[in-house]
Amino acid sequence: MKILFPILTVLTTILLAFALYEALVVAPTEQTMGDVQRIFYYHVPSAWTAFILFFVNFGASIVYLMTRKTKADIVALVSAEVGVVFCTVVLITGPIWARPVWGIWWTWDMRLTSTLVLWLIYVSYLFLRRFSSGGQTPALAAALAVLGALCVPFVYFSIWFFRTQHPQPVMGGGGSIDPRMMHVLLINWLAFSCFAFLVCWSRYRLERLQRDVDQAHALQSLLGPRGGMR
Amino acid sequence: MTPPSGVTRITLLKDLRLEWRSKDAINSMLFFSLLVVVVFSFSFDPSVEESRQIAGGLIWVAFLFAAVVALNQTWARELRNQVLDAYRVSPAPPNALFLAKTLGNFVFVSILEIVMTPLFIAFYRLRALGPAWQLIPVAALGTWALVVNGTFFAAMSLRTRSREIMLPLLLFPISIPALLAMVQATTAILSGENSARFWIVLLVTYDLVFTTVCLLLFETVLNAE
Repeated sequence: MKILFPILTVLTTILLAFALYEALVVAPTEQTMGDVQRIFYYHVPSAWTAFILFFVNFGASIVYLMTRKTKADIVALVSAEVGVVFCTVVLITGPIWARPVWGIWWTWDMRLTSTLVLWLIYVSYLFLRRFSSGGQTPALAAALAVLGALCVPFVYFSIWFFRTQHPQPVMGGGGSIDPRMMHVLLINWLAFSCFAFLVCWSRYRLERLQRDVDQAHALQSLLGPRGGMR
Repeated sequence: MTPPSGVTRITLLKDLRLEWRSKDAINSMLFFSLLVVVVFSFSFDPSVEESRQIAGGLIWVAFLFAAVVALNQTWARELRNQVLDAYRVSPAPPNALFLAKTLGNFVFVSILEIVMTPLFIAFYRLRALGPAWQLIPVAALGTWALVVNGTFFAAMSLRTRSREIMLPLLLFPISIPALLAMVQATTAILSGENSARFWIVLLVTYDLVFTTVCLLLFETVLNAE
């Protein structure tokens, strides 16, 4: 495992560099929007990655509720944290693209609004984790994660009733896209997924170490100052 | 051993009696929502036509904020004298307690709505152009949605630092679909332009799903250690 991590790091770096080159140089320029459209190669893969991570969070929370395994809790925490970061990237790159193309920074359209609400739900999840103390955090957070994930279809359906202004989704939405663009998009998505996985992995190791250290401290204070190192 | 329905009934009656004698939650909610109504009225100063469009939003935001005041007090009362700990070691099912608390809050918020609605109508000169009777199921379903989640998250935020801030932080994001449905249904009925049917169906589904899941997960929250 310890050898795998640096290998994956190198591979991800190469993949990210290649994806950047593909997005900025190889991909054809869009006819009407021009170069602004290239932000799409960061916007869409970030969105997909964020949604996958939130889904992982949901799964890990259910596993935690059923088995009470610490590993599942750490996976849930890590995926929510990294998911919020990617979701933030989506919410920032979106307006940057929208301003020149639509002429507005923000509109209360279906996809924008539901992504924002999703972001709000998972930020509140991280708040709960931060504000609750000690051993009860995992169970409370897992319960909130389940409710939050169940809320997503409701968010989607309720906002679907407002008419949508966002471009049709790339997959399964009937929108057409140049195959070369699709190719670049998928490479970027692969690179972003690897990157997200790498960050999650290192955050996972950090969290486990942190918990081991906390446990050791707790044990030390139980054993009394004589056995301690201080 | 008392059956679950008995536990629910006893806890509910106890809460109602406590509230009847102190009137803490009701009074603070009423005054708070009155303040919200007055402040909104000053800030917007709407005409009759405008107020039809915005009243749905105003009324529900006022009730949501006021409900948080009551919800925060739901469990705090049980912390004194370790009542909640006693409940946890007792064989009574946690769901029964949760249901009692939710029903209690539902009664409090419903009273608030019954008292405040005439005031709203007077202040904003409201007259529904659509079928006004539909406002009753919308209000009942919407209130239940707020209260069931609110009671659940109040129990959750009880375990956190700065619990009064935590409740709205948890409750508002999850309640957005329900709030949107309530506001849109109310506006549709008041303006008479659209049918509120879709939103009522959405509220029914939302209530069913969240009531079930809250009942299932409440034991986890109550016993989290």
